Amino acid sequence: MEHFFGALTFVVLYGGTYGVVLFVLSIGLVMTMGLMRVPNIAHGAFAAIGGYMAVTMMVKWGINYFAAIVLATLCVSILGAIAERTIYVRLYRLPELDQILVTLGLCFIVIGSLALAFGPNVVSIPLPSSLTEQIGLFSRSFPLYRLFILAVGIVIIASFWLVFDRTSFGAQLRASVDNRSMAQATGIPVNRVVMLAFAIGTGLAALGGGIGATLFPLEPLYPLKYLPLIFIIMALTGFGNIKSSIAVAILVGITDTAGRYFLPELGGFVIYVLVIIVVALRPAGIFASRRGA
Amino acid sequence: MKIVVLSHGSAVVGSRGFRWTDFALLVIPLVAVYFAFPSYLSLASYVVIMAMFALSLDVALGLAGIVTLGHAVFFGVGAYAAGLLAIAGWQEPITGVLLAACCAAALALVSGPFVLRLTGLPQVMVTLLIAVLFYEAGNKMGWLTGGDDGLQGIVVDPIFGLFEWSIYGTTKYVYASTWLVVIFFAVQRMATSPFGLALRGIRENRLRMQLIGSPVMRHLMVSYMVSAFIAGIAGALLAQTTEFVGLGVLSVETSIDVVVMLVLGGVGHLFGALLGTPLYLLVKDLSQQWNPHAWMIVIGCLLVFVTLFARGGLFGLLHALHDRLRGRNDEGNS
Repeated sequence: MEHFFGALTFVVLYGGTYGVVLFVLSIGLVMTMGLMRVPNIAHGAFAAIGGYMAVTMMVKWGINYFAAIVLATLCVSILGAIAERTIYVRLYRLPELDQILVTLGLCFIVIGSLALAFGPNVVSIPLPSSLTEQIGLFSRSFPLYRLFILAVGIVIIASFWLVFDRTSFGAQLRASVDNRSMAQATGIPVNRVVMLAFAIGTGLAALGGGIGATLFPLEPLYPLKYLPLIFIIMALTGFGNIKSSIAVAILVGITDTAGRYFLPELGGFVIYVLVIIVVALRPAGIFASRRGA
Repeated sequence: MKIVVLSHGSAVVGSRGFRWTDFALLVIPLVAVYFAFPSYLSLASYVVIMAMFALSLDVALGLAGIVTLGHAVFFGVGAYAAGLLAIAGWQEPITGVLLAACCAAALALVSGPFVLRLTGLPQVMVTLLIAVLFYEAGNKMGWLTGGDDGLQGIVVDPIFGLFEWSIYGTTKYVYASTWLVVIFFAVQRMATSPFGLALRGIRENRLRMQLIGSPVMRHLMVSYMVSAFIAGIAGALLAQTTEFVGLGVLSVETSIDVVVMLVLGGVGHLFGALLGTPLYLLVKDLSQQWNPHAWMIVIGCLLVFVTLFARGGLFGLLHALHDRLRGRNDEGNS
C-alpha cells in the first residue's frame, strides 16, 4: 500500500509539474491560435529565448535565479509584442501553409542564432540551493524544485482565472476569441488585445522555458524538439479554449508520466497514440462542444 | 500556400500531356551533370533521390492540398523496407524498390483515414505526430532497424544482372535518374488527367467538390497513396545506393527539410520540386562550409523571404522572367 501511494504520489507530482510546465509553455499558443488563427511554429522559440536569457543573466551577470526568470519573462514579452506588430501582423490574411512556413522560418533563425551564440550543446540552468533540497513523502523523497513549479503553476492559473473572468481585459479577450469582427464592431480595440495577448503568451512561454529548464533541457533545437508536445496541448484544447487547456495540459502531463512509469518499455508511445486517436475523432478538441472547429 | 495559377494554366495543368520540351528540360540537366561532374556522381544521385522525395510531397501538398509535416514516414519506411529486403536475401534492385514502395503505400492506406478527414492545423498535427511516433518506434525496435547504428551490410545485385555498382557512382546516378524521369512523367500524366483536375478542385474547394458529387475521400486517399508510393521509391533508392539506412530518414528534420525544398522550388508545379532540392542542398552545403550553424539562419531567412515576397518559389520567379522575356505575347491567346 505504501508502495502504491509512493508510486501514485510520484506520478501525480511529476506528471503534475510536467503538466504545469506544458501549460505555461503552450497557453500563449492556445490564445494566439484562438485570436489570430496563426499556427505559430516559432512559439517554442520564445520559450528557448527566455530560458537562455535567464541562464545568461545568472551565469554572466550573477543575478539571482528568481529575478533572472522574472526579467527574462518581461524581456521576452516585450520582444513578443514587437514581433507581433512587425512580423505576425503580416501573416493574418495569408493561407495556413504560408503562416506555417514563415513561422517555421523564424524558428530556424532562432535555432541558428542560439547555436551560434551558445554552442550546440545542452546548457544547464544552475538552481539555487533552496530549490535543490529533498523532502520526504510516502517513503520517497522529492526535490523541492517540483513543488516550486507546482506553486508557480497554481499562481499563474489563479491569476489567469482572475484576469479572464473578472477584468475587462479578460472580457475583451474572450469576446475577441469568440468573434473577432463582432468584438471590433462593439468598439473593443482588438489589435491591442491581440498584441497584449501575444506579449503575455510569449512571456509565459519564456517563463516556462526558464522554470522548466530542468524538465525540458535548453538546447538550440529546443523550439523544434518540444513542438510536438506543445502542439498536442493545442490540438486537444481546440482553438482558443483557454480554460480547458489547463485541464488538458495536466492530463497530458500525468498520462505521459504514468505511461512512462507503468509501461516503461512503451515510453512516450502511450501519449502519441492516444492523441492521434483523439484528434482524428474530435478535431475541435476534447472539451469542444459549444462551437465547431 | 495559394498556388499561382498562370494565365494559360499550362504550367499547372498542361492539357497536352507529354511534351518534348519538358522531357528536354528534365533530361538535359541530368545528362549535363553526368559529364560535368564525373567525380561527384554519388552526391548527384543523392540530390536526384531527394528531388524525387520532394516530387512525392508535391503530389500530396501541391496537387491535393494535403498539408503534412510527416512525409519522412513514407521515405523512411521505403528505405527500411528496401534495406531489410536486401539483407533478407531479396537482392534484385528494381523489384526491391517496387516492394518497398508498396510498403509505404500500404502505410498510407492505414494512416490516410486519420490524416485525410482533417484539414488545416489538425492535419499538420496528426502528420507530425505520426512521424514522431515512427521515429520513436524505429529507435526502440533496434532488433529490426539497427537503432542508432542503422542498417548495415545492404548488398544489391547488379541492375538487370548486367550493370555492376561501380565505386564512382555512375551506375547509381544513371539508375536514380532513370527512376526520376519515369516517375516525373507518370506524375505529370496523372496531374493532367481528369483525376488530377479533381484533386485540384478538392484543393481549391473541398466542400464544393463534395456537393457536385466528387468522391473526395477516395480521390484524396489515392493521391496520398501515390505520394507515399513515390516517397517509398525515393527511400528505397537511398537505401540501395548508399547501402545504409540510418534513423535520420525517419526524423522530423527530414520531413521539414523536404517541405522547405519544395517551397523554395515552388509548390504545385512538379518542376518546383526538381529546382528546389538542388537549391536547398547547395545553400545548405555552402553555408555549412562557412559556419556549421549558419545554415539554419540562412534557410530560415530564405523561407520567410520566399513565402512573403516570392510566392511560387524559384519556379515562380523563372516563370515570371520567362513571361517578361516573351513580352507576354501569348496573353491574348488563352
